[in-house]
Amino acid sequence: MTEAKIRTEEMLLNMGPQHPSTHGVFRVVVRTDGELVLESESHIGYLHRCFEKCAEGNNYLQVVPYTDRMDYLCAMMNNWGYAVAVEKLAGIEVPERAEYIRVMVAELNRVASHLLAFGTYGLDIGAITPFLYAFRDRERILKIFEKLCGQRLNYSYVRIGGVTFDMTEEILADIEAFCDYFDPKIIDEYDNLLSYNGIFISRTANVGVMPADLAISYGVTGPSLRGSGVQRDLRRDAPYGIYDRLEFDVPVGTGEMGQLGDCWDRYMVRMREMRQSIRLVRQVLRDIPEGPFCDKKAYRAVKPKAGETYKRVEGARGEVGFYIVSDGTNIPYRVKARAPSFSNISILDKLTSLSDVMVADLVAIIGSLDIVLGEVDR
Amino acid sequence: MSELENRNPDPLTKNVVFLTAVDDIINATRANSVWPLTFGLACCAIEMMATGAAKYDIDRFGSGPFRGTPRQSDLMIVAGTVTHKMAPRVKRLYDQMPEPKYVIAMGGCVIRGGPYVKHGYHVVKGVDLLVPVDVYIPGCPPRPEALLEGLFKVQKLMKREKILDRTRRTTKPEVYHAVYPGLILRNAEDGIWANHWGSQGEAARGVGGGGHRWRGPVCGRQGRGVGRRGRALPR
Amino acid sequence: MVVKAEAWAAVAGLCRDDSRLGFDLLSCITGVDYPEREDGAEIEVIYNLDSIANHHELTVKVKLPRDDPRIASVEEIWRTADWHERETYDLLGVVFEGHHNLVRILCAEDWVGHPLRKDYEPPDSFHGIKNVIY
Ligand code: SF4
Repeated sequence: MTEAKIRTEEMLLNMGPQHPSTHGVFRVVVRTDGELVLESESHIGYLHRCFEKCAEGNNYLQVVPYTDRMDYLCAMMNNWGYAVAVEKLAGIEVPERAEYIRVMVAELNRVASHLLAFGTYGLDIGAITPFLYAFRDRERILKIFEKLCGQRLNYSYVRIGGVTFDMTEEILADIEAFCDYFDPKIIDEYDNLLSYNGIFISRTANVGVMPADLAISYGVTGPSLRGSGVQRDLRRDAPYGIYDRLEFDVPVGTGEMGQLGDCWDRYMVRMREMRQSIRLVRQVLRDIPEGPFCDKKAYRAVKPKAGETYKRVEGARGEVGFYIVSDGTNIPYRVKARAPSFSNISILDKLTSLSDVMVADLVAIIGSLDIVLGEVDR
Repeated sequence: MSELENRNPDPLTKNVVFLTAVDDIINATRANSVWPLTFGLACCAIEMMATGAAKYDIDRFGSGPFRGTPRQSDLMIVAGTVTHKMAPRVKRLYDQMPEPKYVIAMGGCVIRGGPYVKHGYHVVKGVDLLVPVDVYIPGCPPRPEALLEGLFKVQKLMKREKILDRTRRTTKPEVYHAVYPGLILRNAEDGIWANHWGSQGEAARGVGGGGHRWRGPVCGRQGRGVGRRGRALPR
Repeated sequence: MVVKAEAWAAVAGLCRDDSRLGFDLLSCITGVDYPEREDGAEIEVIYNLDSIANHHELTVKVKLPRDDPRIASVEEIWRTADWHERETYDLLGVVFEGHHNLVRILCAEDWVGHPLRKDYEPPDSFHGIKNVIY
């Protein structure tokens, strides 16, 4: 029988919302021909928790815990983004020490978030061990955060006007110990374990190639955009906090294992970013000043004048933006959150139609975009 | 074998032949090999993953292989927020699980809507409106230790299962009281005092978790609306 | 910058293509509902644009009548507008003309009403699931 006589049929396959490798409740409907994905259509909204409506019903301070729950893997950056926006609206000065503490916790949180991305990406590809390694080290960071604010996940630590609790000497020592433990020994271990693993490279290199102009048009930001070789980092391009005083590099994708902008590049940007984050934390540890940790008045209540503002910070997944409209009361009139994962995942349908993608590659692409569904749906 | 007692009265064969009730042996095997369904919905799912990973290691307690399909699992840990869009799927997944099945509601959201109880138009205010729940674990998110404690409660329930008697499913809910005193849990290993309601600021403002006080995992078949068998329970 | 609704499509094209403007990243689309304005109830749609090459930002505001908010879609200009517009339609009921697939994205498909309008009342029950308020 020649090949031409074999009749193949297209099939409509439903992945999710309950699927182990979609990182939550994300649903993709794929039209497949055998193993090949011809077309895909993403459906979101299975975790729509009405953040914006909740924000309209609570006062400015009470909104902070809701921002945690948007992107629960890097809650500090969400808190920060919201705090920056409100501070600009209300004209609140943040004490110097608070700015340093913010950078420190945000960068540690970025490491924790990238560690989880690393671990679960291994799981998606079929490597179970990295997951256990990643959690081992993530627990160390969580332990520090727990000492700091009593929570393991949704910290609400960065608040309007500063931070909630002061940093103690003991915690600073813990953080220093963690930095020494983690960089470079452990990251090198990860690179040996997964990054330069032959099977891993063949699963991810040249898969899901994302050209830079397309990525920008789809609003992709953060490590996923940098994986395509675009030098874009809000910490450097539009510095907030004290980032303009600190030294760090912005790693971008190089295309060393295949084409520029493939899954491996996106993955590797995260691994390199972790080193930069540790570098930032070390600098902050070196020059953290003494002083108050929060603006006294803003600690109790915030009441900005009428007006509106849009502020963004660089989260672990991209640009976290908040558009806040105030009508002069202590309850925000409208809070709109720009969630990076929301834009990042919208490119998925395009990526599957660009090239021949297998079903297993689809999982690799979703994993490399590193989405958090709480943020996609808000 | 410690939880099985040898019911063999004959002194001659006492140590050679082991007699026990079928119930006991089935329950012991069932309770010591719980296969949970990976049902991570939101933030709580991360804590569920942490429970399965290196430090907390749920495998030590006779549970662990998180299954991707409901057909192979006997425990559903609903971790995260159930929304109206997701609700039919939750129900269907529950229906697909083989009997006997157990449900843990993990986190404030699945208990009564958590922080979203007031303004969350799209949030289902408690998963027990959809499926009957065996054990409730409050917290936002609950610590991995709390989830482990909840698992022990489920194992206790499993050990009381009778293969001939399925009517116990409609009996009165039972409530186990706290193992942990008050609101504070001491994490023995770290020496850290942690607040179960999240950060202190949250607790004070009362958005931590749908108005529940921490009593340890609460246990009992408290299906609201639907009974264990899909019948309506008397209110 | 406030733009008239009719002019928005042309302005958007200019914003992206003019080399001095070069706004290649559409960061965010926000809709705000103002039911009680002096000059009639309005919905504002706010576009936050950003230029990666030139490092500058722009906020564009378009005011629409509240009872019939219609505006041209910019989906062809910035692909990311696709989902952002669907979201704004879902939550505020702004109709984007020319959008290829303007359906609800976050709420369930058969949801009634647009939740972020100020006069929105959540339903008592949805598909038989009660919306209990404690
Ligand atoms: S209970 Fe809290 S941590 Fe758990 S899913 Fe709900 S908001 Fe997230």
